[in-house]
Amino acid sequence: MILLLQYTLIFASVLLLVALGGCVSEHSGVINLGLEGIMVMGALGGALVMKFLPYDGGAGFGMFICVLLAAMLIGVLYSSLLAVACINLKADQTIVGTALNMLATALATVFVKSMNTAMNPNDHSSEIFYGKAKEAFVSKLGNFELNWFMIVAVILLVIVYVMLYKTKFGLRLRACGEHPQAAASVGISVFKMRWAGVLLSGLLGGVGGITYITAGASTWKFENGVAGFGFLALAVMIFGAWHPFKIAGAALLFGLFRALGNVYGAFDFLKSMNIPSAIYNMLPYIVCLIVLTFTSKNSKAPKAEGIPYDKGMR
Amino acid sequence: MENYAIEMLNITKRFPGIIANDNITLQLRKGEIHALLGENGAGKSTLMSVLFGLYQPEEGVIKKDGKVVKINDPNDANRLGIGMVHQHFKLVECFSVLDNIILGVEPNTAGFLQKKEAREKVVALSEKYGLQVDPDAVIEDITVGMQQRTEILKMLYRENEILIFDEPTAVLTPQEIEELMQIMKGLAKEGKSILFISHKLNEIMEVADRCTVLRKGKYIGTVEIAGTTKEELSRMMVGRDVEFVVPKDPAKPTDVVLDVQGITVASKSHKHKNAVNNVSFQVRKGEIVCIAGIDGNGQTELVYGISGLEPLKGGRIEFLGQDITKMPIRKRSTMGMSHIPEDRHKHGLVLDYTLENNIVLQRYFEPEFTNAAGFLRKDNIRKYAERLIDEYDVRSGQGPITPARAMSGGNQQKAIIAREIDKDPKLLIAVQPTRGLDVGAIEFIHKQIVKHRDAGNAVLLVSLELEEVMSLSDRILVMYEGEIVGELDPKKTTVEEMGLYMAGAKRQ
Repeated sequence: MILLLQYTLIFASVLLLVALGGCVSEHSGVINLGLEGIMVMGALGGALVMKFLPYDGGAGFGMFICVLLAAMLIGVLYSSLLAVACINLKADQTIVGTALNMLATALATVFVKSMNTAMNPNDHSSEIFYGKAKEAFVSKLGNFELNWFMIVAVILLVIVYVMLYKTKFGLRLRACGEHPQAAASVGISVFKMRWAGVLLSGLLGGVGGITYITAGASTWKFENGVAGFGFLALAVMIFGAWHPFKIAGAALLFGLFRALGNVYGAFDFLKSMNIPSAIYNMLPYIVCLIVLTFTSKNSKAPKAEGIPYDKGMR
Repeated sequence: MENYAIEMLNITKRFPGIIANDNITLQLRKGEIHALLGENGAGKSTLMSVLFGLYQPEEGVIKKDGKVVKINDPNDANRLGIGMVHQHFKLVECFSVLDNIILGVEPNTAGFLQKKEAREKVVALSEKYGLQVDPDAVIEDITVGMQQRTEILKMLYRENEILIFDEPTAVLTPQEIEELMQIMKGLAKEGKSILFISHKLNEIMEVADRCTVLRKGKYIGTVEIAGTTKEELSRMMVGRDVEFVVPKDPAKPTDVVLDVQGITVASKSHKHKNAVNNVSFQVRKGEIVCIAGIDGNGQTELVYGISGLEPLKGGRIEFLGQDITKMPIRKRSTMGMSHIPEDRHKHGLVLDYTLENNIVLQRYFEPEFTNAAGFLRKDNIRKYAERLIDEYDVRSGQGPITPARAMSGGNQQKAIIAREIDKDPKLLIAVQPTRGLDVGAIEFIHKQIVKHRDAGNAVLLVSLELEEVMSLSDRILVMYEGEIVGELDPKKTTVEEMGLYMAGAKRQ
């Protein structure tokens, strides 16, 4: 039971972080389909720090901060590609996002493979091992393993909510996603706000990525990407109606289904039903399909999202 | 020397191939309401864009309080105290009234919003100027009139001294227009200078002190309203005399063309209400039947039902003796039904198509425009489009290949009217055909409609403009809350009597 709680919380944290990223970006008016790719890059940044930063056991606050910052930084840098293409060059946001997803997994695989080969000519894997460094930010509370990124997720949830709804910045950001011409008419720079939205989503997506790969394993194979979690997070965002707290609720629900796939064996009544494990693993994605079929109709999406801002348009 | 709030002196702005503003001078006195009058495409919008720094003029200067100022972008204009209520409101629909007002000038400490003061200021302003709004209401839930008051409050909150109203009455009901006129007079009395862009002569005569007239990019003159007449203004604007009432002979109606029998159409906004409730009427050959009423009383849905855009919940429609209740839209169209839709962007045009493709939108499949192999006959389409553009005086930058989006609203409307009337329909359904057009264009369209009737066809007109209803129709049906509450003869009734039916105070 504690295991189920633990997995639910960690997967929910991942979904929450990434969905918040999508939420901030879309409130500024840019659809960020590249979250999957941003997660991969953030994860790569964090994993490299864990691999190379010297660490000698115990709770390592320094290690944690470095991993967090690396994931954020790489996420932000990678998302700037989306910003340049979609905001400055007015490219189609769906296509650029998809391209970023394909690029990220490939780039990370090539990079890790050549790094591994350079250090050991017989090693052609795309894996990074970071088992020990992970202990730096996992605290044991009895049987419950508290991953510090769970706390980060909660803190960022509050920050994003306050930022969106209680600050001048948030009001302006949301105006750019709803009616950029109105924002521009009162002197707000739509370009700057959209850049800010995309970079923030890169930051959140990057943290989501590193949280995801440290959720269970002590090693990560980068050719696997992040198994569609970026897209699942987008579903969470839609189900959560683009609102941080509703997104948090949705993330918990989806996190629970994802966790069931990992730990259903611990429940006797689930085990006795003899359902193949593949079904449990499919659960979050099937639930996602069903939920979106029924909820996406009454969508509360920002009205101007996906449309490049053009000064001349009325 | 006179005391001017803002002066635009000898402004010239050229675009490739066209002089949009040719040596135009506009002087706005402090505390006056100054009307800017001109047809569509006369250069009003360009002049305002120059004032807001969106365009830089090639020649001429702008002076504020007698001093030359440079305006490079809308922020400069804001700093000089110039504010504008745009024709299409610049409001964020899912924000509250208050959020929209403070957007861009948010009171804050360290980035955190402080709405309390702002709310007090907004409430105080709305009381002072009689602008009733609820600061916490969300824009998408309030009426167009309230949205416009929000826009006005936006300017007042920024303490703008020069207020520009860009065709503010186009979207309002008669009652709201009356209120707006009072508000504008109140603002001028408080010392605000108002520039009122319009082509509705009655409103200018009622509210303005002076009027500057533009025609085809040129400055025609500035006149005192007290010393002029509606006729003179329209002559200045159009360059010739305009007939306000189209001459027409009495109707000689013959066979029934459209027979509407007890139709009911569900309402989109209210789940348990019907927008149209058990409505029956007939339209015959050679008559213009007009549906009058205040906006939102079911006229829109009635037309949706007849044209096939919405399914009926009950009732039956016969067209030329045939039951068309369940007939597809194209079949209705090929049978001889034309529809000039209320919303020209939604149902009238494909905005990203060219003008010529829009013109053949309902006929592209005819042998004249498509050959046996299924390919479009571009030459014929071009020729046909060119003829219509010529006959109906549709003005555009590149002729047949202009994207519809790039055309002015008035010319988009003319293109639709050309397409619908040229099909020579047995029944022409025209919803607000002259909305947003200037007097010259209105006169033209009214003549076309009367001509179509005289050729022995039926016309069903839906209009919110009482003058249009009175001058054009042969029979008036007044709609109130989804029902027809009265049938009137325009020769025997008065605007006042019609108003009583429209407001639901009287019914037959």
